[in-house]
Amino acid sequence: MLGRLAAVDKIIEAHGSDREGLIQILLDIQREFRWLPKEILEHVSKRLDVPINYIYNLTTFYAHFSLVPKGRHSMHVCMGTACHVRGAERLLDRTSQVLGIKPGQTSRDEKFSLDTVNCLGACALGPVMIADDEYLSNPTLEDIRRKADSCE
Amino acid sequence: MSDITLKINGTEVTVEAGTMVLDAARKAGAEIPTLCNLEGLEPFGACRLCVVEIVRGGRSRIVASCLYPVENGIDVLTESEKVVRYRRTILELLKARWPLIDKKLLEKYGVPADRMVPRDNFCIMCGICVRHCSERRKENVLGFVGRGIERQVVSYTVRAKKVCPECFDKELSCLRFCPTGVIVNDCATVCPASRDEEAFAKPVRVRDDDNAAAVKKSLGDA
Amino acid sequence: MSEIIKLSSPSDFESLREKIIKGRDPNRTAVAVCSGPGCLAYASGKVFKRFEEALSAAGLEGEVTLAQTGCHGFCERGPSVVILPDEICYLRVSPEDVNEIVETTLKNGAVVERLLYKGEDGLPIQKESDIPFYKYQQKVVFGDNKRIDPRSIEDYIARGGYTALVKAITTMTPEAVIAEVKDSGLRGRGGGGFPAGAKWEATAKPPADTRYVIVNADEGDPGAYMDRGILEGNPHSVIEGLMIGGYAIGANEGYIYVRQEYPLAIDNVLYALDVLRELGLLGENILGTGFSFDIIVHKGAGAFVSGESSALMSAIEGRVGEPRPKYIRTSISGLRGKPSCLNNVETWANVPLIINKGANWFKSIGTEGSKGTKIFSLVGNVKNTGLVEVPMGMTLRQIIFDIGGGIRDDKEFKAVQTGGPSGGVIPEEMLDLHVDYDELYSAGSMMGSGGMIVMDKDTCMVNVAKYFLEFLSDESCGKCVPCRDGIDQLLEVLRRMTAGTARPDDLDLIEDISVMMKECALCGLGQSAPNPVLSSIKYFKDEYVAHINDKSCPGGVCKALIAYTIDVEKCIGCGKCMKVCPVNAISGDKKKPHKVNNALCVKCDSCYQECPSKVQAVTKIRQADVITAFATSEEAANE
Repeated sequence: MLGRLAAVDKIIEAHGSDREGLIQILLDIQREFRWLPKEILEHVSKRLDVPINYIYNLTTFYAHFSLVPKGRHSMHVCMGTACHVRGAERLLDRTSQVLGIKPGQTSRDEKFSLDTVNCLGACALGPVMIADDEYLSNPTLEDIRRKADSCE
Repeated sequence: MSDITLKINGTEVTVEAGTMVLDAARKAGAEIPTLCNLEGLEPFGACRLCVVEIVRGGRSRIVASCLYPVENGIDVLTESEKVVRYRRTILELLKARWPLIDKKLLEKYGVPADRMVPRDNFCIMCGICVRHCSERRKENVLGFVGRGIERQVVSYTVRAKKVCPECFDKELSCLRFCPTGVIVNDCATVCPASRDEEAFAKPVRVRDDDNAAAVKKSLGDA
Repeated sequence: MSEIIKLSSPSDFESLREKIIKGRDPNRTAVAVCSGPGCLAYASGKVFKRFEEALSAAGLEGEVTLAQTGCHGFCERGPSVVILPDEICYLRVSPEDVNEIVETTLKNGAVVERLLYKGEDGLPIQKESDIPFYKYQQKVVFGDNKRIDPRSIEDYIARGGYTALVKAITTMTPEAVIAEVKDSGLRGRGGGGFPAGAKWEATAKPPADTRYVIVNADEGDPGAYMDRGILEGNPHSVIEGLMIGGYAIGANEGYIYVRQEYPLAIDNVLYALDVLRELGLLGENILGTGFSFDIIVHKGAGAFVSGESSALMSAIEGRVGEPRPKYIRTSISGLRGKPSCLNNVETWANVPLIINKGANWFKSIGTEGSKGTKIFSLVGNVKNTGLVEVPMGMTLRQIIFDIGGGIRDDKEFKAVQTGGPSGGVIPEEMLDLHVDYDELYSAGSMMGSGGMIVMDKDTCMVNVAKYFLEFLSDESCGKCVPCRDGIDQLLEVLRRMTAGTARPDDLDLIEDISVMMKECALCGLGQSAPNPVLSSIKYFKDEYVAHINDKSCPGGVCKALIAYTIDVEKCIGCGKCMKVCPVNAISGDKKKPHKVNNALCVKCDSCYQECPSKVQAVTKIRQADVITAFATSEEAANE
């Protein structure tokens, strides 16, 4: 825990301990730990002198933050309009089938998380998903399985 | 501060600049219903019941009077056809969340029955308790979480256990200001201060268990 | 940059510029590998690497320039590689094709025909600008993308970059800059189309010690990615525009608010800012003119409502992005309570062009009320998806059919959606509408940021309206009753319709909630939230009526209302549908008509899609008719 808090302190210092930097700080913490553990948020609350209700208001407002642990590999299926009209629902079903988890869930071994996003900004590829940092354009069941198998 | 002259339902009034239309209209005797407005708190503009029609130079627009500062030469209509129509729909939406809403108000605006799907949360998200606790009491026990239709009011246990017993039933307790009575009715059973459960935060409104579970989960507390 | 010399005067800049241009041979062969979001997803990174290796193996590094450039636009056919100066355009290039391109084109001056675009007549088209997708476009903002490596400020300067900034800060007063932008008629490219010059003027006016200029790169409209294309491909154009705006308005600090989903855009902007600071084009006393300016990048954490100007400013301040009431204008009290001017990426990118080429040039493009060009993301059920830039006033038909090549799989066109969740749908009979702010608005839609989602006949308009409300119910901040509860109840109505349980007066209920929301909601998100529903009722009322009265879905999308059947007359018994069915609901012997067991069918649509387009034996019928069919056969059995 101490090691984690030291990492958080480093992030806070990089942003100048300024209350205005709260969102940027939380984004970096999310990146570092893949989620926002309660102890860390309480620590941030103390360090920046921001009440905890304020921090939870923020972290439940912006879609990128997660208050539950996320898997080591993230799969995001785009639900944007262009993808919607080209079968995003079916892609989500396929991905869910391969990973054995529903959107919003993390697998028991914390290997995968499946989430939907409102637009990835890769509309010409629709329906599209992003597996870690790789965009997959309308992948088949087999494509998704191959990608999942390649994950450590 | 200079004075501003405007008309409220046809009657000319003069008020101090910076006054909100709501206050000017009420001072002039107009009846405007409100839910999220509370003297001493910053205007919030959430319930929109206080909408009025503002006419200037033949052009009219609808504004929330609690948040609209008076302007010279405007004509404020507090019960125009449009205002009545919109207030009716807003009340209809509110009733879906809060079935115990003032019947007289429903009757006055002719709110139709049973068109909306009931959403019996009872809390209407006016935010008075949250704002009162943060802005005025500076205690930060309560807060909003989530957005959109998922928005909720929660109470943070550690602070609540410390603060609420001192504040409870005193003159400046949030209980006194909750327009729906959610806090009054539920406080004894829901307030984390009255329970020993080790939860990090609890929804203020927990009539149904799904709701409570959802909030716990969204806060990573499940 | 090889060596950084800090520029301290306009003449320093001029000599740097001359040096860069002198060092470049316009006839030199260059390979531009598109690295836009589409092409990157199609592994254009690997194509680039292969080019590096192949060029060095062929000993051509000295003679050929290789660059990873921003988006060329034709994402559908990515990865795209353009060989300059001849503009030979290779599409769908795979890493395996690279050696052949190097050998045939770069060494021997011939073309690799199989990688060229094939026209309608089947003949290959060599030059990029001759391909129909590009031929009808007018690339003003987006045009330099293929000639610029976003990491190279030299590339940008060689194309005239930063001359507009130097011109503005050395030869023009701030008032003159504002007047020029005002005169150009430039309107905001991000939403409502507010005149940019008027906004600048209003921000410059109130007395204040500090002012801010802000780039809105939160691009939240689902189905729109043109801002990403600009920011990733040509970040300097946006930065230069912002700096000119800062000078005009009297701001010394600018912000670029980028959604964190665009990491490459963030990296490219940060890199560009570092280079500018080292060059002395950003910071204190730029080029000795006394103008000081710096830029800070803020990452957005994901909230559509942050596109609203006051909500975006709250987010920069580290607060929840709840919009503020409109009567407080951000031009008077914006970020940190100071006068602030916010424009979106594309708007800022237009500014250097206006300063360099003049308001009259800009005004010569477009329509009466909408000047210049607009970039659209042409997506959905259209053949050629991608980013297209056209003059304002081009018709929808030209954009969708001439540039976009028509509907995928040659299906029938049904509607096009513009303006994102605040916009609306436009039906076939209005395809000749001239696309500009005012025409779209009077058609019940809006320009928005430029998303253009094409829908074919297999789209259900009620389902699309429901889709937008689901999006908005998640993205609303949840503060005010009209937006939060209005969207919730509207969504319930549409859920009833798509489930076949709608009430006869549901259209009236939609009307009541919608008109109230339009006037009573706190911010633009809530006020425009009913638009997708209202516009589809306006043009596709019969589809709504079908859902309510007939319990049928003409688009064949709403699962509760449809069922699948196989036409015995048409079925050739190929067995494809049987193979693809996940629940074994289809049976039949080889070369004999197959049958669907509706009791098992989960309506996944796989059989419908798998059935060969020449056969089209799988058809959709009303769910209600299936039940009747059952009843009659049972009755028949009983008899």
